[in-house]
Amino acid sequence: MTIHLSIVLFLPLAAGLIGAFLPRGMARWAVLAGTVAVLAYAIAMLADFESGSGGLQYVTDDEWISELGIRYQLGIDGLNLFMVVLTAVAWVPCTLVAAFREHDRPKLFFFNLALGETAVLGAFMAQDLALFIVFFDLMLVPFYFMIGGWGTGERVRATTKFVIYTLAGSLLMLAAAVALGVLSTPDGGEISFSLAELERRSVSEGNQQWMVLLFALAFFVKAPLFPLHGWVPETYRASPIVTIALLSAVLSKVGVYGFLRIVLPVMPEGSQHWQELFIIVAVFSILYGSVLAFSQDNVRLVVAYSSIAQLGFIVLGIFAFDDKGAQGAVFQMLNHGLVVVPLFLIIGVIAERAGGRESLLELGGMAFRAPVLATLFLIVTFATLAMPGSANFVGEILILFGSYEDKLVYGLVASIGVVLAAVYMIRLFQRTMHNRAGPAVASRDVDALSLAAIAPLVAVIVALGLYPNFVVERTETSTTAAIEAPRGVQQQVASR
Amino acid sequence: MTEIQAPHIDYEALSPLMALVGGSILVLMVGLLRARFVRHTLVPALTAATLLTAIGLTIWIWEPGEQTPIIEGSLTVDTLALALSMLFYVAGLVCVALSLRALAAREAGHGEYYALLLGSITGMVVLAQASDLITLFVGIELLSIPLYVLCATELRRATSLEAGLKYLVIGSVGSATLLYGLALVYGASGAMQFEAIAAAIGSDELPVTDPLLLTGIGLAATGLAFKASVAPFHQWTPDVYQGAPTPITTFMAVATKAAAFAIFLRLFGHALGDAQPDWGPALAVLAAVTIVIGNVGAIAQRSLKRLLAWSSVAQAGYLLAGVVVGTTLGLQATAFYLAVYLLMNVAAFAVIVARERRSEHGDDLASLDNLGRSEPWLAWPMTIAMLSLAGFPATAGFIGKFYLIDASVAGDYTWLGIAIVVGSVISLAYYLRVVAVMWMGSYEIEWPTLPRRRVRPVAGWSPEASARAQPEVALVAVLFAAATILFGIWPDPIFDAARDVGTALSGLG
Repeated sequence: MTIHLSIVLFLPLAAGLIGAFLPRGMARWAVLAGTVAVLAYAIAMLADFESGSGGLQYVTDDEWISELGIRYQLGIDGLNLFMVVLTAVAWVPCTLVAAFREHDRPKLFFFNLALGETAVLGAFMAQDLALFIVFFDLMLVPFYFMIGGWGTGERVRATTKFVIYTLAGSLLMLAAAVALGVLSTPDGGEISFSLAELERRSVSEGNQQWMVLLFALAFFVKAPLFPLHGWVPETYRASPIVTIALLSAVLSKVGVYGFLRIVLPVMPEGSQHWQELFIIVAVFSILYGSVLAFSQDNVRLVVAYSSIAQLGFIVLGIFAFDDKGAQGAVFQMLNHGLVVVPLFLIIGVIAERAGGRESLLELGGMAFRAPVLATLFLIVTFATLAMPGSANFVGEILILFGSYEDKLVYGLVASIGVVLAAVYMIRLFQRTMHNRAGPAVASRDVDALSLAAIAPLVAVIVALGLYPNFVVERTETSTTAAIEAPRGVQQQVASR
Repeated sequence: MTEIQAPHIDYEALSPLMALVGGSILVLMVGLLRARFVRHTLVPALTAATLLTAIGLTIWIWEPGEQTPIIEGSLTVDTLALALSMLFYVAGLVCVALSLRALAAREAGHGEYYALLLGSITGMVVLAQASDLITLFVGIELLSIPLYVLCATELRRATSLEAGLKYLVIGSVGSATLLYGLALVYGASGAMQFEAIAAAIGSDELPVTDPLLLTGIGLAATGLAFKASVAPFHQWTPDVYQGAPTPITTFMAVATKAAAFAIFLRLFGHALGDAQPDWGPALAVLAAVTIVIGNVGAIAQRSLKRLLAWSSVAQAGYLLAGVVVGTTLGLQATAFYLAVYLLMNVAAFAVIVARERRSEHGDDLASLDNLGRSEPWLAWPMTIAMLSLAGFPATAGFIGKFYLIDASVAGDYTWLGIAIVVGSVISLAYYLRVVAVMWMGSYEIEWPTLPRRRVRPVAGWSPEASARAQPEVALVAVLFAAATILFGIWPDPIFDAARDVGTALSGLG
């Protein structure tokens, strides 16, 4: 029982609240300090983390709403360790970049940014289903305000669509979660939403089936995956760049993380029932996302659709119910987050130099006078397209190997996505950095601020490519444990 | 010679009711003095003092699990009645605060206005304590008739008069239907007392499938559905809510709804509890229909009061889900949600009152344009109220919905829990629009292309009003919004009260 996680969790919010009472110009520094503190704490925790032990560490477990059986339960294991670290890592450069821009109503913006970090951290750390949902829904509020208040173009429409899509999913998940809690309560027992407790209790297979479907709906919308990505184009186009970087890098992971943390261990029969469908959704997302990423002109949308493809890979890895696949998925969740933040920050830099233009048709030729920017971009591009030697390569290979074990056909089809990734990422790089210079492109190299924000992330990407075992050995035990239950069910079904 | 036995009266348990009646007479009498100080200060102060006395007395006699029959069992004082009475008193206090500078109180005469308000609250308390069919009906009429008048108190505005008349006509139809239903229930069971009715139902003489009984239940449910604005008996709600003076709308929205559900709980949960398998599914369908109709109806509204009226229809659907299951958990969830509902609606309506007096747009959505910049102290409460109504976490509305879904699922009405959720999703479309108007700058609001009636904004605006500061209105808004957040994070006090309420109707499963 420690207080560490509570401190990490509420540090950003506290910083945001302090910022709200400081003079106008000071709010940003308070929030920036808060995110840096969270990062420091996260790194300390990473160093202190006992790899190899499968159990939860730094557990906090308190009563919250006893009538509803909701507990304030936080904990870290191999599954969410790197998600927490990713959140902490992603928020610092984004806050940094935002802090040096002039914002309309800066206090409100930075308060939302801070609230967003608290909510995301809470969703990752929560070990109680209801608490998870509280944070899962709470994430939407700051992002709703940030996109609607500080976005561009059709921002209100975009943000409304974003919230309705996501909340439609997560409210249905809420209904399923309550049903899960109620129906799993043994006669005369107390209702509980604690994940550990829910794992011990059981719900009939018929109930698990529709519950898993509702959970998946929420997570697929959030990810986003193929048929539920309707909010993506408008939201990506209208968001402020830091917001969309965080949305794409971190928030999208909460959904897929939910599968590993909640759906697979608590509802193994239900997960097994829908395995085939979810794999098909994943493979479809890979192909669909890749093709659309290739055909987009807007730079942001290229990344947006590439994310759909990447998240497809992750879901494929999870639902292969295989050690390698799940391991790859967990690794890829981190990798994708780590490349998307610098990608979007670089897009921000590019757009700045092109007078706000973000269409590939009007960009180009920037590398000539901006070698540093081009180098950073190239590294990130290679990482995104999973060049051998990058951590993403390791992740994707693990996922594909995992799927070959049992779902060979789907695995082979998904492999096409790896090739397509090379095509659209190289196209993105070429059309912005090489080719003829666009008409309004002012080719200046990356400024010190952006460099300070982007370079450390690129360094982390390179380091992970060199030493992927750093992540794998810390996550292995928990990942294997997460898919143990559905795999058992699968084997039972197979042996029948 | 037979001696006439005077009924035993437990004055202690009756004390809040006596305070209310005494207070309303006093207010009416004092209101006859025409001095400005008396009208503008003394009368509202006396009204508030009456309500505070009633609150104090209620806390004094609060005893979980105890049921005190008074006046020969025509009233029962238990925690359900007391808890809901608290909601009425708080709503009354809010109404007093919002009415201080309102046009309605001035035009109708302060004494009459506040006395009617207290009269209506008295009716609600009687209704919440009613434990036989006659008292039930007396309570419902006592609460309704003053409200008919109060709706029409902005005498120079046609829509206010229209609202009063409409409410009178529809309300009377509802009352008549209810009365007919009660008569049939009496005819079938041969009893007036809820206790006796409950005992009669299910016995050999009166099986739960008795047609007379079922018709009676159906008609009674219909009559109550009118009062609670449950679809398809909700059509009066938007017009009346919009036409009535906004402080009165606030009061109606929260207190009348609570009163209607008080009697829903008592009549269906207690007297007709054994027939739950019969009326449960029917009410469940009504609840689902109400949720959908209310939420869809709200989408195309420009007028904030109409929007909240439709939203209150939808909320009635959510609340009904707690009644449908007929369990202690359902009772607690309904009581919990009623309290939460009061908090968030009062916050929203207070902001509307404030804006209506200052902005030339009246209660149109445009009156909130860019409020986040110009008056954040009003924009925040409105935002919190909207997010809470939509069921975002960290607000009390989230926990209220969680509780209701919990109760539905536990009562084997999982599909109703999902209906609540689907309703919440639809509701985002209009709640978020209100938030967007306040915070996301001027922009052309997109309207669904529905053939809609052009409704003129309510003209509560007056130059004198706008010139005056109105700290009490902002205070109400901020206070209730803060409570919405507070109880969203720390709901224990409401849960404790709800648990006490759960002890009231012991016959539930």
